[in-house]
Amino acid sequence: MPTSSLRYRTFREKAMKGLFFLSAAFSLLALGAIIAYLFASGIPFIAKVGFFSFFFSTTWAPLATIPQYGVFAMVLTTLYVTALSVAIGASIGLLAAICLFRFVPSRFVTPLRWLIDLLAGIPSVIYGLFGLIVIVPFIRDYVSTNGMGYGILAASLVLSIMILPTMVSVSYDALKAVSPLYYEGALALGASREEATFKIVLPAAKSGIFAGLVLSSGRALGETMAVIMVIGGSPQLPVSLTESVRTLTANIAMGASELTSDALSALVATGVVLFVFALILNLSFSFLRGKESGHV
Amino acid sequence: MSDLRAFRRSRNFFASLKIASMVALGVSLVALVSIVLFVLIRGTGNLTFQLLFGKYGASPSIWPAFLGTLELIVIAVGVAAPIGIASAIFLSEYAERDFWLIRCIRLATETLAGIPSIVYGLFGYLVFVVACGWGYSLLGGGLTLAIMILPLIVRSTEESLLSVPMAIREGSYALGAGKVRTIFAVVLPSASEGILTSLILAMGRVVSESAVLIMTVGMVVNIVPVSPLSAGTSLALDIYYFASFGYPEEASATAVVLLLFVLSLNLLAFLLARLFERKKGLHGQS
Amino acid sequence: MDSLDWAFPSSALEAKDLSLHYGPFEALKKVNLKVKAQEVTALIGPSGCGKSTFLRTLNRMNDLIPGCHLEGQVRIGGVDIYAKAMDVSLLRKRVGMVFQKPNPFPMSIYDNIAFAPRTFGIRKKEELDAIVIASLRQASIFEEVKDRLRESALALSGGQQQRLCIARALAASPQILLLDEPTSALDPISTAKIEDLLATLKSAVTIVIVTHNLQQAARIADTTAFFLLGEIVESGTTEDMFRRPTDKRTENYITGRFG
Repeated sequence: MPTSSLRYRTFREKAMKGLFFLSAAFSLLALGAIIAYLFASGIPFIAKVGFFSFFFSTTWAPLATIPQYGVFAMVLTTLYVTALSVAIGASIGLLAAICLFRFVPSRFVTPLRWLIDLLAGIPSVIYGLFGLIVIVPFIRDYVSTNGMGYGILAASLVLSIMILPTMVSVSYDALKAVSPLYYEGALALGASREEATFKIVLPAAKSGIFAGLVLSSGRALGETMAVIMVIGGSPQLPVSLTESVRTLTANIAMGASELTSDALSALVATGVVLFVFALILNLSFSFLRGKESGHV
Repeated sequence: MSDLRAFRRSRNFFASLKIASMVALGVSLVALVSIVLFVLIRGTGNLTFQLLFGKYGASPSIWPAFLGTLELIVIAVGVAAPIGIASAIFLSEYAERDFWLIRCIRLATETLAGIPSIVYGLFGYLVFVVACGWGYSLLGGGLTLAIMILPLIVRSTEESLLSVPMAIREGSYALGAGKVRTIFAVVLPSASEGILTSLILAMGRVVSESAVLIMTVGMVVNIVPVSPLSAGTSLALDIYYFASFGYPEEASATAVVLLLFVLSLNLLAFLLARLFERKKGLHGQS
Repeated sequence: MDSLDWAFPSSALEAKDLSLHYGPFEALKKVNLKVKAQEVTALIGPSGCGKSTFLRTLNRMNDLIPGCHLEGQVRIGGVDIYAKAMDVSLLRKRVGMVFQKPNPFPMSIYDNIAFAPRTFGIRKKEELDAIVIASLRQASIFEEVKDRLRESALALSGGQQQRLCIARALAASPQILLLDEPTSALDPISTAKIEDLLATLKSAVTIVIVTHNLQQAARIADTTAFFLLGEIVESGTTEDMFRRPTDKRTENYITGRFG
């Protein structure tokens, strides 16, 4: 009896370990499948259309009689939107984090952080809705020079609000991680509280803050729903802040009803570009975060 | 004396930065809160019984979206949770840190977490809608969402497992239990609260998600889905539909429902986390 | 406070009936102490008896702690440092502090030393260079770091970092230097270097040092004050304190009966 139950137990141990391992390997499998499907469809297509034609042509017309597949306008729009939203959202977010860290009485800090974290969970469609119903008309009526509310400005404003909670959270944690001895030391040398915070603590937190920047950029880059509701959707070259354009993400979402096989491959190719951009950002974030915890 | 001027100027400059930071905090809070307020103000007035529970006919109803959302949660979390928890068990209980395969698995998990949701949508379209031949379906959407939330579940489950003290495992082994028994009888129950919290947060992600669904479930707003293979819609997707096709009041009203759903899930997770922390404190574990 | 050249009329310090509460807890009970100019005054006593707290009242670092309530007076050269007209930054320029654990900023050695002068408006390179070199010399560390002023201060050894912190405090031209157990984290050789340094510094800067190490107090201090449970039990010349203590508690502490 004991021998067979021991053998059964060993078998069970091995089987479970195998099961657990397969589950863990599933992530690898899934990633592999995603890369395979995307690249298998997308890369040959880019090759077919021609690398330069795909990336640098400004005409996107998959359903025309002579279809054209140039994503340059979308790449440019994506870069503008990401850059502008991060510039606005990250600077406000960082300053807000500094305020929470140093200038807010401590009993308010936890409830405020909790509030901001809660608001981080607002679904992106709702940001899009807000953008559509509040921000777009506002821009159209008060800011725009050409009577349009849609465009890069609207999308950037919406996205900058969206990345605020991330930026505030990550920056606050980075500031908190700086040794308080530095702050005390600066004060003891005669610096004011603001000088000590901005001249000593802030620079000491810079790698964590930069990691937050990269994370926020990734969010802005990959956002679809909030963007398609306020950006207009026309695949033209962006020349002003208030004209209808589209980002790479919008390009995919809006083209989803175009079902010719070439048009589909074109979308997949767009997806590949997006995937690579996001990958670069994501790997830099992991790298930066690893560097920072190396110091601690 | 120019020293004094420079000194004062510097101090005043940094003092003004302090004011700037306070303005920034105010602006952030106002911006975020006004989104919630906007939704509540515009939307609650339009919450009618017809919209919530009626049949989609001449006037819209989000009942199909309700059902769709629930189905999506069941499929996505139902598939991702076992795989994710099992993954995390392997990574925390069995894996040697530096083995190259383990590093690859971790890298894969990190990478999956960083893929934009529309790219997941594209993948889901290629695999489930086209390659499997299902056309638009809730099942396809749910499975795609499962892959998307997998990294989250793996990461936070692993954290919960790692925070279970070694001493507990050793106690179990010392009593003659094997590894598998230790995991199921001792480690998992210890970590169960953290795991539960992360599942609730994953549910929140499923409910909020729309980019994946726009390419996989078909945004069929008016038909109640009969099976997982039917096309369908979700609450978030309905908001997009209403907003883009000229029903702003319905969009806002649906937004109220979605917001309440998501915020209650987050609140639940937060309260559970607090509850568990207090329980842990009582038992002297940390 | 019209000018950054403002200084206390003398660096003699007096604490009168100084009491301090952290909320309900009374950390200092009617402390009276006279610190003579250009001397080393040591504060000794068991842990947690108020020595560091007292030290921090001398440059108003306790202002940072919420719920901290102070009564009594601290006067430097006759000037009440808790008066409303007192500019705290200028106070800390003239009363410098070195902490128990060396805390150089994560910057170059040069930038660490230049921090205080820059705060107080000095921007010209020649002036800053002169101050940096002079401060490093005063802290007896110039020869060791003169070729790596642009390198990170964190690369220095513990003892060097602490001397760097002393140099950094000196760069603000203080009249009084407060040191809170500056050598407790250091090896004996670095400790000896710093003790020698303090002995030479006192002619320029009045020194108040908190120390656990009775031998250290005996070696370098001119005046010693013994703290117990938030009060000064006894104070006087170091020789008197160690050879002929008048209070039994002082005698017990010095002979090692407790501590």
